[in-house]
Amino acid sequence: MKRLSLLLLGGIVVVAVAACGGGAPPQPPTPQQNVDSIARAEKERQDSIDAAAAAARAREEAERQRQQRIADSLAAMGKTTEAVRTMLATMIHFDYDKSNIRSEDASILDQKVAILQANPNLRIRISGHCDERGSDEYNLALGNRRATASKQYVVSHGIDAGRIETVSYGEERPLAQGHDEAAWAQNRRDEFEIIAGGDALRQP
Amino acid sequence: MKAARRSDGWAVRGCVAAAALLAVYPSNRLAAQDTSAIDRGVRIGIIYRPGVRPGLVVLPGPAPALDSARVIIARDLDYSDRFELITLPGGDSIRFSGAASSPVGRPPTGGRAGGGGAAAGLNYPLYQALGADFAVGIALAADTTVLAVHDVAAGGVRREFRAVLPPLKDPGFRMAVHRLADHVLEATLGTGGIAATRILFVMDGKVYVIDQDGADRQLVSSSDHQAMSPAWAPDGRRFAYMEFWAGHGQLFTQPVGSGKRQPVATTGQALDFTPAFSPDGKTLAFSRATEEGTDIYTVNVKDNCCLQRLTVGRFSDNLSPTYSPDGQRVAFVSTRPGLPQIYVMAADGTDQQLFAPFDYGVTGSSNAPDWSPDGQSVAFHRDVGGTLQVFVLDVRTRAVRQLTSLGRNEDPTWAPDSRHVAFVSDRSGYRQLWIIDLETGRIRPLLQQSGARLPAWSPRIPETASSTP
Repeated sequence: MKRLSLLLLGGIVVVAVAACGGGAPPQPPTPQQNVDSIARAEKERQDSIDAAAAAARAREEAERQRQQRIADSLAAMGKTTEAVRTMLATMIHFDYDKSNIRSEDASILDQKVAILQANPNLRIRISGHCDERGSDEYNLALGNRRATASKQYVVSHGIDAGRIETVSYGEERPLAQGHDEAAWAQNRRDEFEIIAGGDALRQP
Repeated sequence: MKAARRSDGWAVRGCVAAAALLAVYPSNRLAAQDTSAIDRGVRIGIIYRPGVRPGLVVLPGPAPALDSARVIIARDLDYSDRFELITLPGGDSIRFSGAASSPVGRPPTGGRAGGGGAAAGLNYPLYQALGADFAVGIALAADTTVLAVHDVAAGGVRREFRAVLPPLKDPGFRMAVHRLADHVLEATLGTGGIAATRILFVMDGKVYVIDQDGADRQLVSSSDHQAMSPAWAPDGRRFAYMEFWAGHGQLFTQPVGSGKRQPVATTGQALDFTPAFSPDGKTLAFSRATEEGTDIYTVNVKDNCCLQRLTVGRFSDNLSPTYSPDGQRVAFVSTRPGLPQIYVMAADGTDQQLFAPFDYGVTGSSNAPDWSPDGQSVAFHRDVGGTLQVFVLDVRTRAVRQLTSLGRNEDPTWAPDSRHVAFVSDRSGYRQLWIIDLETGRIRPLLQQSGARLPAWSPRIPETASSTP
């Protein structure tokens, strides 16, 4: 029985060997696999390093672009602020001894309404001025009416009255120094000045 | 005479003068000299009415120390517009005539014994012949200045005033001399003068004060803020004015002699302007411009409290208050008829009504009223054909008459004699201050400087006011 068993075993082994097709002795599979995985790992590692570097580069690029965008937008905002400021400072003018808003000046005030709506923190001061022809002291009252006329227009278009101050300088601060109608027409005016919230103005 | 005029020697002058007197006095040619003797001066638009204004001569005297005082007094009396001022023939050559006692021909001895004034025996017939009703002599007795007012017709001294004048360089010298000139008016005509008065005005945003004869201009503003609308307190010591502070109008009161000013309570939060003292000096009326418009308020400046509102404009402005001298009423400007016109109300704000009549649609804007110290008139300016002219309203009859017509004339202010008015005019080519006498129509420039405006004529300056620094 024992012999039979050995024979059987030997036969199986032979059969098994024969079944393997002979040729090169079978390499141990494990060492073969290890080499591959090392290389792969090596490659993967390299790849991941590369990827990481690329990602870093991309991130840097993105950051750079973001900074650029911020800078650009700041610059743009500065330009906007300047433009809005200019628009806001546009004066309006009056007829002699009158304080009603001329129809051609209403659009200028409409712009100011829009700017005030787009910039809720903005507060302004309106100063009324007169030409030299009227009485010195009466002109303080007239300038006051002119400043108030602009304020009432703006407030009637939805702006909070608390955001607007009014003052009058009468004929005390002429813009044009001449003594003719051209100078007088320039001097009969309302000026608009920012008193708060004018750092970064949004375009309406 | 000519030689004497140009001569420099005192003695020579005296002798020649005496000789001249000798030659002149008894002769009948005096009449011819009479005409040349009256200095017509530089006068614009005067109508001479002979016999209406008394003739007055300021006697020359030997004390050179008093020359300044003599010149100031002579000018003050001239500017009072109440006398025909007579300058003596030959000017200086007759300077010793005052000291010469009768008989006329006696040569003067001892020139130092000054005393045109107090010396007895003034040559009254001579001065009467020259057209003088009064003669004013100024002399020194020790350190006291003696001012003698002679009644020429009566042939004697009518009144004598004594004063110790401050030294020439002292800031109080001019005002002390002005006071002597006012004494002459009291003694001759029994009326108060305006020599001892000053005028506040604004130039380049600063407040200045100047004597009524155009001398001694001083800056009284004490800050760099732009100032407007100075107004005297009735005591002649303080004034109120407005300054721009960050777009608001802040009112101050300040002694004229110092910069120690005090902000007026409750003012400065809005545009407060055109202050006006009540005659008792306790209340300041002013205009306040807010978004509701401009209205008149009063504040108690004695206790610096108690704001009161006199007008409620709603759709019109009310401004530029001026008190009547009894303190009962306030004239002001109101735009309730459309254009600004002169209105009046009780001092508590009731009974508001039109004051100066106007032709609706024809009469131009009327502004800047100032109530005269005698209460009878209100001066203001009105737009006539695109330029401003000074008008006077008769308070009793409500009749309005135009005072000026040449150039642009505005912002009138009454002298305490209620017959002189200072105002701003560009008649000379630029805006400057002028003074007009309503009785004679005589006009003189107060200040030959462009840009002076918003004048305010003081009451009579009290004795102590000018001596305090």
